[in-house]
Amino acid sequence: MSDTTNLLLSVTSKEALAKRKAREFREGIIQILLAIAAVSSVLVTIGIMEVLVGESWKFFTNPELKEVGIDNIFADFFNLVNPQWTVLFEEKHFGILTLLSSTLLTSFIALVVAIPIGTTVAIFLSEFAIPSVREALKPILELLAGVPSVVFGYFALNVISPLIRSFNQDIPGFNRLSAGIVIGIAIIPIISSIAEDAMRAVPNQMREGSYALGATRLNTAINVVLPAAFSGIVAAYILGVSRAVGETMIVAVAGGLQAIYSWNPLEGAATISAFIVQVSLGDIEFGSLEYESIFAAGLTLAIITLALNLVGFFLIKKYKETY
Amino acid sequence: MEQTNIMERTTIARDKVKAEVVNFNFYYGNFHALKNINMTIAEKKVTALIGPSGCGKSTLLRAFNRMHELYPGTRHEGQILLEGQDIMAKDVDPIEVRMRIGMVFQKPNPFPKSIYENIAYGLRIRGIKNKSTLDELVEKALRGAALWDEVKDRLDKPGFSLSGGQQQRLCIARTLATSPEIILFDEPTSALDPIATNSIEELIQELRNQVTIIIVTHNMQQASRVSDYTAFMYLGEIVEFDKTNFIFGSPTQQRTKDYISGQFG
Repeated sequence: MSDTTNLLLSVTSKEALAKRKAREFREGIIQILLAIAAVSSVLVTIGIMEVLVGESWKFFTNPELKEVGIDNIFADFFNLVNPQWTVLFEEKHFGILTLLSSTLLTSFIALVVAIPIGTTVAIFLSEFAIPSVREALKPILELLAGVPSVVFGYFALNVISPLIRSFNQDIPGFNRLSAGIVIGIAIIPIISSIAEDAMRAVPNQMREGSYALGATRLNTAINVVLPAAFSGIVAAYILGVSRAVGETMIVAVAGGLQAIYSWNPLEGAATISAFIVQVSLGDIEFGSLEYESIFAAGLTLAIITLALNLVGFFLIKKYKETY
Repeated sequence: MEQTNIMERTTIARDKVKAEVVNFNFYYGNFHALKNINMTIAEKKVTALIGPSGCGKSTLLRAFNRMHELYPGTRHEGQILLEGQDIMAKDVDPIEVRMRIGMVFQKPNPFPKSIYENIAYGLRIRGIKNKSTLDELVEKALRGAALWDEVKDRLDKPGFSLSGGQQQRLCIARTLATSPEIILFDEPTSALDPIATNSIEELIQELRNQVTIIIVTHNMQQASRVSDYTAFMYLGEIVEFDKTNFIFGSPTQQRTKDYISGQFG
């Protein structure tokens, strides 16, 4: 390039124009690729919902329901007084609350286990552990998150359940308590690692403000860091609940696939997800009433998870701190 | 002439000494951040620490309430005496030191609590639980920080809802509530606009008769406006320490002259 053109912006030169065109073309392609990636996940979600709602609709409008003696499927499905889930039997009933009682109870037990332990672990890792201890503990926790849930299922059935039965031999080997406890253990890493991230994101100047007043580490952790990280901690709990509600293999193995409507933690269990596994693995005919019922159950599960996420979203928004 | 000048300048002895830094050295790992610091802090006066970035003024300030102990890898030699007692000694509880020496930070850092609870926090730590005592002390602290009239109708609103200058006064009130003997100010106005800065400076002027103040500032006009004594620090050393009007009027060291006339820093 000559000395004179060097000083000018090269908009008019032909090569510069071509170079710019080429750059804009490359960036355009990259933008399109990124947009496709973003849209595809949305499309997959919409597709799943479409299948769930469509198949559920087929289930609720299936003429076979009359043949098995159910006149009002909605009354049967939403029967809150005396629900029965006897889809695989001769006399069929579809009271979803039967499965929901298992799902909600095991999830509740799981949260009772996981929230205190997960939060405590997070507080310890974020506020008390020296770096070397934290570096050693975090991979171990992540290892726990990587254990396949079927292994947790056998842990529930062969370790926790006998432990519970050692107090009272009348308790059945398949019970919700042991399944719930082990789901709780399984979701501890989710809760602790997300809650820890949230607490570590609290700026140090906030902690220093507390220490400067003469506060102890514990005081600072509980009264300053925890409320400052509240929105992130709620996010951790919500993710934990969602995982607990959807957890399948642990209950399928340790619950005994017993669709019993009960709020007694010592009964056997068949959660929504465990039932879906049971039907999917069995010799149920594709397109049959039994087959379609799993979509109705699955839709219920999806709606619960969605509702939880919405609640979490609003809690997070409400308590978001701007430091 | 030179002789009388020095005579005039041995004036700190006339004020009561609240704290004294004796042969103090401080290290971050291998980095020698403070080199053999000696200075006295006069009671119920404002002492300013000035100097270019990285000169160690914040490090010195944070040694007074042992803030550095929150982070690993620091080490110190020498003493900081608070009314004759070495507060840097191993057997002295840092929490006890912080109970007596409060601190206000560079960026306002209210807690994620209501205005009322921000102030009550330090009092609760000190075991004050009685509601009417707390109410009284919270009001007194907010009045002391010239914030009461602005917030008295919304004490239950979050501290974050206040403006930057109000937040900083809230942090001052929170410190005042615990009636510390010394308040450390670490560049308290560097994140504030000129009007908020002005109100904080006025507040420091009002507090100077009640409590001993040490202030780190980048702003030399601020140091000359609010302080009674000024220490000029450079590369971890105190180059010159004297009454503020001497430091800004007739500094004896060339480096001090250069710094306050804006030739470096």
